[in-house]
Amino acid sequence: MPNIQQLEDLTTQVRRDILRMVHKVNSGHPGGSLGCAEFFVSLYKEIMERNEGFDMDGKGEDLFFLSNGHISPVFYSVLARSGYFPVNELNTFRLIDSRLQGHPTTHEGLPGVRIASGSLGQGMSVAIGAAQAKKLNNDSHIVYSLHGDGELQEGQNWEAIMYASAKKVDNLISTIDLNKQQIDGSTDDVLPMGSIKAKFEAFGWTVLDIEKGNNIEAILNGMAEAKSLTGKGKPVCVLLHTVMGNGVDFMMHTHAWHGKAPNDDQLAVGLAQNAETLGDY
Amino acid sequence: MKTYTYTEKKDTRSGFGAGLAELGRTNPNVVALCADLIGSLKMNEFIDENPERFFQVGIAEANMMGIAAGLTIGGKIPFTGTFANFSTGRVYDQIRQSIAYSGKNVKICASHAGLTLGEDGATHQILEDIGLMKMLPGMVVINPCDYNQTKAATIAIAEHDGPVYLRFGRPSVPIFTPADQKFEIGKAIRFTEGTDVTIVATGHLVWEALEASKALNEEGISAEVINIHTIKPLDDKAILDSVSKTGCIVTAEEHNYLGGLGESVARVLAQHRPTPQEFVATNDTFGESGTPAQLMDKYGLNSDAVQKAVKKVLKRK
Repeated sequence: MPNIQQLEDLTTQVRRDILRMVHKVNSGHPGGSLGCAEFFVSLYKEIMERNEGFDMDGKGEDLFFLSNGHISPVFYSVLARSGYFPVNELNTFRLIDSRLQGHPTTHEGLPGVRIASGSLGQGMSVAIGAAQAKKLNNDSHIVYSLHGDGELQEGQNWEAIMYASAKKVDNLISTIDLNKQQIDGSTDDVLPMGSIKAKFEAFGWTVLDIEKGNNIEAILNGMAEAKSLTGKGKPVCVLLHTVMGNGVDFMMHTHAWHGKAPNDDQLAVGLAQNAETLGDY
Repeated sequence: MKTYTYTEKKDTRSGFGAGLAELGRTNPNVVALCADLIGSLKMNEFIDENPERFFQVGIAEANMMGIAAGLTIGGKIPFTGTFANFSTGRVYDQIRQSIAYSGKNVKICASHAGLTLGEDGATHQILEDIGLMKMLPGMVVINPCDYNQTKAATIAIAEHDGPVYLRFGRPSVPIFTPADQKFEIGKAIRFTEGTDVTIVATGHLVWEALEASKALNEEGISAEVINIHTIKPLDDKAILDSVSKTGCIVTAEEHNYLGGLGESVARVLAQHRPTPQEFVATNDTFGESGTPAQLMDKYGLNSDAVQKAVKKVLKRK
């Protein structure tokens, strides 16, 4: 059994990283990053089978693609704290000459990143291609991807969703961060999408919910179930019900912190709510 | 003067199909994707021989570009196939982020480029694709001139590690380059030596340039015809060497003069050797329905147009 306390401690530290990264450069996206901190920690520490080091082709290991690239702070923090690059490098987030660009990219050679993302709606197609390459290579590992719920408004997703079931891409687990917020407000205000679950099911996917998307045990159980559903002829969709800004009370349940950094006082409050566990970078 | 003749006409897209089929037999990493245009892209042979390495994506070009990018992760060399319009403008951001910026080894193979697509009209006739693609950092842009060159280019780009845009066409055109040629990316080919004017041409306009040079020779004008099949990276040296001798240049392409081969040549000349230049290209316009020959005549993209441009540029020397 995984040590839940250790994962929670790491999550707390990741939250501190996120807050400090965006505060330092007064830019970036803390809300969605905080909402997915438990998911990223669970994915990289427990769920994925990963090889030592980083190889772009990723043969013989599970792969992850981040489609909603603006939550780069949580991605970078967890990559660094999973050993892909020095934790100190988080200091360079969004600075000139950094490998930690505003949105993730392969262009600067940052280990752990396999595709650029940020322009929304493209990651599922890429994940499908990587999953099909795994099948051609007789590699039985899984491809994971993460997408925002608002991101599903991009039409390319629906091309990809249609294709993945038609082609039986059943080594793919696409998770939707269902925080029900986007830049301009709640998804229901901006562009109501109806039942995302019904849509995926209508397109031929197996769908399961993780109702407590900020609870590590719930995530581990849900993702284990998702993994058990792979290899059965259908792609798997996980609806991860999260709270944007989770773990920092004034950032929770609002879209206001989608792309806004805390000021000095707000940072202090946020850090006080998340006491240092593994050491700041 | 060396002259060129032909015994057979074939479409350049069939050269792509033949090259892809050969790659299917020689390179196990090559995979192909198509967005519901297998017959138009002449991909059948590859598909028949390698069904497990072919991905029919349906009418969903954006998804096709993303899947192609993903297939490279795991060592595949994806060749995407659809019309030039749907290979570029329709999916520009997907190519930009998931392929070019991500440095993925995808070969974007685009048929029915330019006006010679013919009767379908302007919705399908893209004249802006070279410009769109050459502006993407790291993208190689190739527009071969006949069946044999297209086949050779298709085979050659599999060996290049990085994104490539390969542009070819629909109509049957003369085959005048050798079947056994070795295609070198970025290396211009001098077809005729001349002293009065340089004609630099790409794609379907290369044959027209050779026809023009024959007619001009009869009038006592010595034209040097250079085939630039690779618009990016451009063979600057071949162009500069030639104009240092001739002192003037005509560029010819089935593309808008804005953003095309002519502008790339003008940039080289402006930087290194300002030289009078005339453009045989479309003049910032969309196409329309018609036969390929009618369209090339109406929009000034044939041998006659090249000859006129030569006479104009000679007066500016």
